[in-house]
Amino acid sequence: MSDIVLKTENLTKYYGGVHALESANFELRKGEHVAIMGDNGAGKSTFVRQITAVEQRTSGKVWFDGKEVNFAGPIAAREAGIETVFQNLALADDLDVPSNLFLGREKVLFNLGPFSILDRKFMRKATEAALIRTAVKIPNLNNTIRHMSGGQRQCVAIARTATFASKLIIMDEPTAALGVQETMQVENIIRTLKANGEPLILISHNMRQVFDLCDRIVVFRRGRIVANLRKQDTDGNDIVSYITGAKTGEAELAA
Amino acid sequence: MAQTTHGVGGLSYDAKKRTWPAEFNVFLALIILVGAFELIGRVFLGDSFLFNTRANVDTIFNEARLQIIILQVSIVGIIAIGVTQVIISGGIDLSSGSIVGATAMIAMSFAQVATVNGNPNPKAVFLAQGWTDLPVIVPVLVAIGCGLLAGLVNGSLIAYTRIPPFIATLGMMVTARGIAKWWSKGQPISFPTESFAAIGKGLMPVIIFISLAILFQLILSYTRYGKHCYAIGSNEDAARMSGINVQNHKILVFVIAGILASLAAVVLSSKNLTAQAGMGVMYELDAIAMAVIGGVSLSGGRGSIIGTVIGALIFGVIISGFTFLRLDAYYQEMVKGVIIIGAVVLDQWRQRLRAMRA
Repeated sequence: MSDIVLKTENLTKYYGGVHALESANFELRKGEHVAIMGDNGAGKSTFVRQITAVEQRTSGKVWFDGKEVNFAGPIAAREAGIETVFQNLALADDLDVPSNLFLGREKVLFNLGPFSILDRKFMRKATEAALIRTAVKIPNLNNTIRHMSGGQRQCVAIARTATFASKLIIMDEPTAALGVQETMQVENIIRTLKANGEPLILISHNMRQVFDLCDRIVVFRRGRIVANLRKQDTDGNDIVSYITGAKTGEAELAA
Repeated sequence: MAQTTHGVGGLSYDAKKRTWPAEFNVFLALIILVGAFELIGRVFLGDSFLFNTRANVDTIFNEARLQIIILQVSIVGIIAIGVTQVIISGGIDLSSGSIVGATAMIAMSFAQVATVNGNPNPKAVFLAQGWTDLPVIVPVLVAIGCGLLAGLVNGSLIAYTRIPPFIATLGMMVTARGIAKWWSKGQPISFPTESFAAIGKGLMPVIIFISLAILFQLILSYTRYGKHCYAIGSNEDAARMSGINVQNHKILVFVIAGILASLAAVVLSSKNLTAQAGMGVMYELDAIAMAVIGGVSLSGGRGSIIGTVIGALIFGVIISGFTFLRLDAYYQEMVKGVIIIGAVVLDQWRQRLRAMRA
């Protein structure tokens, strides 16, 4: 089973008395795009926060890239190859596109500690290449993020993720705040990632989007995984009944 | 050919529509201000503000006035360089004026001559220890040490206890002023060595100011340190999530600001040939004002050293202009206040306009 990128076993998170996530067993294979669905408060974001080590889990085990991992924090997770596009975009508004893409991992010409000279040409070229690879359209790389539309910002955030994620990309509702055309642009980027064989976890409320982009759908309800279905084995109504609890999965029956 | 193909992914953009850099507007304001003084001078005084009107001097410009304009702002300008990088990274520094006072007192104590007119130096603090006639490097290093320490305290307080920079540096402002007064029980310290006095002689303050300004403009534009200043100032959470060590960076920012304030203290006390506990009062506000007039955004993330230098020149022009028009010094202060407010209002106005166009 060497093609498993990410695996969790009995992943659990309690906030005091609140059981936000209980015994989540999850698997992601190479090149696979998996959607996570569920109502607000179902435990989707909690699940992602345990994987990316934004929070420390209460119990359970996580394997990433063949090894059992205990990331100390989000930076350690990122260094291991897990990139996340956050709901609140982690971009610096007053910097241009290359600076944002390379934020915190600037390429330097000479290493002089904090006063290392930046290799601006290289970063600009690499940014152009990254944007072309992910099919992101930005009119002017020198514009600051502040002067860009929501869609363009999201595209920059995704392009950054895609440029550096060697192993796994997680997107938390990447199109929630976007217009129709901007959503299409983001979806095209995700398709490009799929074509490049990059594994992805997509949290989304958008049923059409999920069926368009993902191979498998995992449904969370009340902190548990209640369904884990391949796209061709299910349909929208089926998923909705799992989300609302009209239909219950094996996980809940077993409990 | 309006359309160019600089855009990525087939999109093109109109290169002509690029907005001017913010510094251009500040420079325009400087020119308008100089023009206004020139006009008022010609109409009401029959004299020129900028140009030489004396027959016995063979120059186009009134060079004495130009020198005064830049000389009187260069010492606060050195502080303003440090303050600029603090504000860009989202902080504020109220302590720089007091650091100037404390550093001037302490550094001057290590720059004393042994004898004055054949008698032992009455002002020398360390006469008994024999620490007199020391090489110039000693007081300079002592000064840098003082600035570094003050900055380290400021930065560590802000980074580790998470008190707002306003409060941390306000505390340092009061404490450092206290140290300045306590150091010699309020007595001024005079009689520096010749080599120490040379630091602030003639146009040396201007040379030091311009060299530091160029150095820090390069640092902010071309180094990782500069990039992180802008990143932290515009979105601290994003900077942290991107793996930037925000705490260490903030400490370094305040250490550099402290060192620049202490260098200003060296130049100031050397120029005045004396150090007094009251030195540098209000300098922190003048420095902040220079940065703000120069287009540095108080909310962080925007601004440049070039802008601050032009802001400093605007300051100098106002002071010289009021002297030139033979107006009371009181009016200077009032107008300074109005200009600071005006600069911020204009900047926000411009930002809103840009945001609407985008």
